Parts: sequence; structure tokens; C-alpha cells
Amino acid sequence: MPDAQQAVTRAHRDEWARVVASLTKRFGDLDVAEEAAAEAFATAVARWPVAGVPPNRGAWLTTTAYRKAIDRIRRDQKRYDKQKEAQLLYDDEPPKPLGAIHDDRLRLIFTCCHPALAMDARVALTLRMVGGLTVPEIARAFVVQESTIGQRITRAKAKIKAARIPYRMPSTTDLPARVSGVLAVLFLVFNEGYLATGSDTDPVRNDLTAEAIRLTRLLRELMPQDGEAAGLLALMLLIEARRAARVSASGELVPLGEQDRGAWDAGLITEGHQLVRERLAAGVAPGRYQLLAAINAVHTSGRDIRDTDWSQVVALYDQLVRLDRSPIIALNRAIAVAEIDGPEVALGTVDHLAGTLAGYHAYHAARADLLRRLGRGQESRAAYDEAIELAGNTAESAYLTRRRDQLFRPGNAAAGALDAD
Amino acid sequence: MQYLVSVIEQFLPGGVREKETGSATASEAAAIDKFNDQLIAEGYWVFAGGLDSPSTATVIDNRGDELAFTDGPFLESKEHLGGFWIIEAPDLDVVLGLAAQGSKACNRRIEVRPFLSM
Repeated sequence: MPDAQQAVTRAHRDEWARVVASLTKRFGDLDVAEEAAAEAFATAVARWPVAGVPPNRGAWLTTTAYRKAIDRIRRDQKRYDKQKEAQLLYDDEPPKPLGAIHDDRLRLIFTCCHPALAMDARVALTLRMVGGLTVPEIARAFVVQESTIGQRITRAKAKIKAARIPYRMPSTTDLPARVSGVLAVLFLVFNEGYLATGSDTDPVRNDLTAEAIRLTRLLRELMPQDGEAAGLLALMLLIEARRAARVSASGELVPLGEQDRGAWDAGLITEGHQLVRERLAAGVAPGRYQLLAAINAVHTSGRDIRDTDWSQVVALYDQLVRLDRSPIIALNRAIAVAEIDGPEVALGTVDHLAGTLAGYHAYHAARADLLRRLGRGQESRAAYDEAIELAGNTAESAYLTRRRDQLFRPGNAAAGALDAD
Repeated sequence: MQYLVSVIEQFLPGGVREKETGSATASEAAAIDKFNDQLIAEGYWVFAGGLDSPSTATVIDNRGDELAFTDGPFLESKEHLGGFWIIEAPDLDVVLGLAAQGSKACNRRIEVRPFLSM
């Protein structure tokens, strides 16, 4: 019965985090919660096609998982006695007014993204416990061994238990830093999908971008007052909207200016723009993700790259530079400056970043493009060579290689004629 | 739940302590005293102490038939345990908050480690 299969798939997407979160709260143990949730879904796979899909799937899954957990605990009573002592702590007090909804899933997210865990462990744990991805799925997505992901998760869970990382909302003073820690995890997952590294992998991994968006939507739903959660969601949507136009049929990266804007996802762009407007209307000083989203909103506003309001883009980057001293932000600002003040001015700024960005492919790619526009073909070629060498993404290397080779194609007046080669 | 909160003391090349004697400057010592008073007042304090330099250490080995004493630390390294607190706290978030204040007070990096709970 395909309907029942679909119902399980859907329930997995919608209910997994809730089941794990509520079991973690009840039993104080991530291991028990994870295992019992997985067993409950396996039971649904077997039962629903035969017995029919229950009217309240979430309740059915939670109840089934509770029973599985209790079964397991009875089977393993001795272990449970120890476990009880090492139970995760959670706040029994009534929720403080922190946004509209107080949800166990939020505790789960904050626990999985705890700053005392290593970043790669936070990513793996969040995808497993909140996202419901299996260990093989996570391993495939990050192109690492299953055993590596398995160890990361096991080790993180052991540390949570031994060091007593609590299962509760962070204190009000810690909250902004903790939320930005969660956003960093989600953005890392998104970026890994969006600009996948590895020479023999797909240039874009839709499973990861989709999962990052889904989890960010969840966070936004749980923390509707948080401007940066909204900003990150808008940013992801506006980038995701351009996915189909971003890689050509031949597997080459297509830069923004050359993309077929008709192939952009109008629905995602509308949603992204709506979120950006909402944040502007809130009248609160925007954070990093909101500014990045606003920049992407400008980029996705015109029908043609020539319609881009570059002064608006530079103004937004000016704000961003004040919040984020990262040389990558400075690099992107310089690329926008080139559209207003010309490539020569931009190149001056970019060259100043050599010290920190010499190992970063985008730095060399930006230089190569500016040098090309200035007719300095030989230097441009050298910069393309460096960029290609450093680029980890197959579509990006393909694009850079073509641009480099175009420099020297006979009859290419724009650059080739000026070059001495 | 108890946590060991260690102060990481850095040594300059040649094994010389960054700060000559003791571990803390006068202003650091004052800040540490204040932090200790706070730990006591809030009920987190179990024990604390600063350690003399590793060159004053003696290693004892009585695992075999013959008892042996060895002069000096068991491990030569650029970083040493300079002192520690033992803190009683309900969970890691509380300890991390306290350790952040402790790091500021003694002006050094700090490591937090839970005691084994059996």
C-alpha cells in the first residue's frame, strides 16, 4: 500500500524530532530516545500497510516509542539503574516567556548544538537526533566513513552524559550566543550541500541543502522572535531558489550574471523576500544572516543582472563589515565595489587581502576576473590557475577552467588580444 | 556533580614560568580571591588551590618491588596544571559560566572536566 509508505515517510519527516525530544525528556537519555524512536518507525513501516495508518500518527509513534523504550529498559534493568543516576537534566519549571512556543524540540536542538561539543560532532548529532538522518545517510552526505560518523555521535552522546550537558533552554544571558551556535551548525550543513567539496562528488547535494532548510524552518517556527533565525532561513531560500540555474547541463558553475533567471524558483524567492521585508519592518538592527539575506534579496530582485542596485549591495556590505571582520566578507564587498567604482579600485582592495586569503580559491577567482576586466591577461591567467588549483568543487573548477581558457582563445579580443602570449 | 576546573599555566621556552613566582600577579590574585568568595557564597565551592612550579614535583613509583622517587614532573610539557578548583554544580552549563569568570579572574585558560560518576 503506497499510501501507507508515504504516510511513514511523511511522519518521519514531521514527527521524528518530536518523538526523540519527548523521549529524551521522559527517559533522560539520548541513546534510549534515539533507539526507541527508530524502533517505533520500523514498527510503523511494518504495521501501517497492514493495519492502516493511525489517525494521529505523532501520538501513535510517541506511544509506540515509549513502549519500546520501557521494553528495552526492562531488558536491561541493571544498566538503567546506572542510567537513572546519570540522567540528563532538564528544567522542570514552567517555561519562561521566551517566544510564543516552548517545545521539547528546542531543548534537543540546543543540546545537540552545545558549544562544548566539537563542530563536526554537533553537525552529525543534529542531523541524526533532530533531522532523523541515519548514520549511513550522514556519512554519504559528507563523504566520510560511516564508522567516523558513528564514532562522532557516540562520543558526543557520551560526553553529554558524563559532563552533564543539560537538556534545557539556555539562560537568557547565554541565549543569543547559543542561538548563533545553532545557526552556525545549520549554515554549515547548508553550505556543505551548496558548495560540496570533493573531486568525485556532485557539485550540489540537494539532500543537505533541503535538510538544512527544513531544520532552519523548524528553528524559526520554534523561535519566531529571533531575527537571525529568520535571516538565515531567508538567506538559504534565496540561494536555494537559484539552484537549478547555478550549474549548467555540462556540470559547470554559472555565475549570477549569466544565470537564466526564468529557471529560478519564484516561490522560494517570494518567500525569501517576504522574510527580508519582515525583518526590515521589525526595525531591529540586523545581524549577520539578515544582512546576507538582504544582499541576496537585492541580487534576486532584478530581471537582469544589469538591474542590480549595486550601491544598495555595497551599503549592506558596509554594515556587514562592521559586524564581521572576516576577510571573506571584505572580498565580497570588493567584488560589489568593482561594479560601482570599477575593477581597478576593487583590485586594490582585494590585493590587500592576500595575506589572509592566499589559500582561498575565491580570492584568486575574484582577482582573475578583475585582472581580466583590466586587460591584464597574463596575470589573470596565473590567478585562474591558482583558483583552479584550490577549488574543491567540480562545477566551480569547470567554470574557472573555461574562463581561463577563454582568455587565450585566438580572436578573443576582450582579453586574448591584449595578452603577450 | 563535581567538576575539576584546572588552570592551564603556560611555560616559556626553556621551561621558565611565565610569571616568576607563585602564579598570579597582585591584581590577578585579588580577582581570584573575589571569585573564590563568590563561589563560596553561591555554594559552588568544594576546594581550590594554586600549585607551585613543576620543577618542585616528585614522582613516586611503588608499583613494583622497589619503591622509587624521581625528581621533577612526570611529563615535560609547555603547559602545566597551575592550580585548580573543585566545583559542585548541577550541570555543565553552570560550570562553564563559572569557569568563564574564573578564566577572566586568573587571566589564564581553563579546562573543565567532570569527575567520574559511578
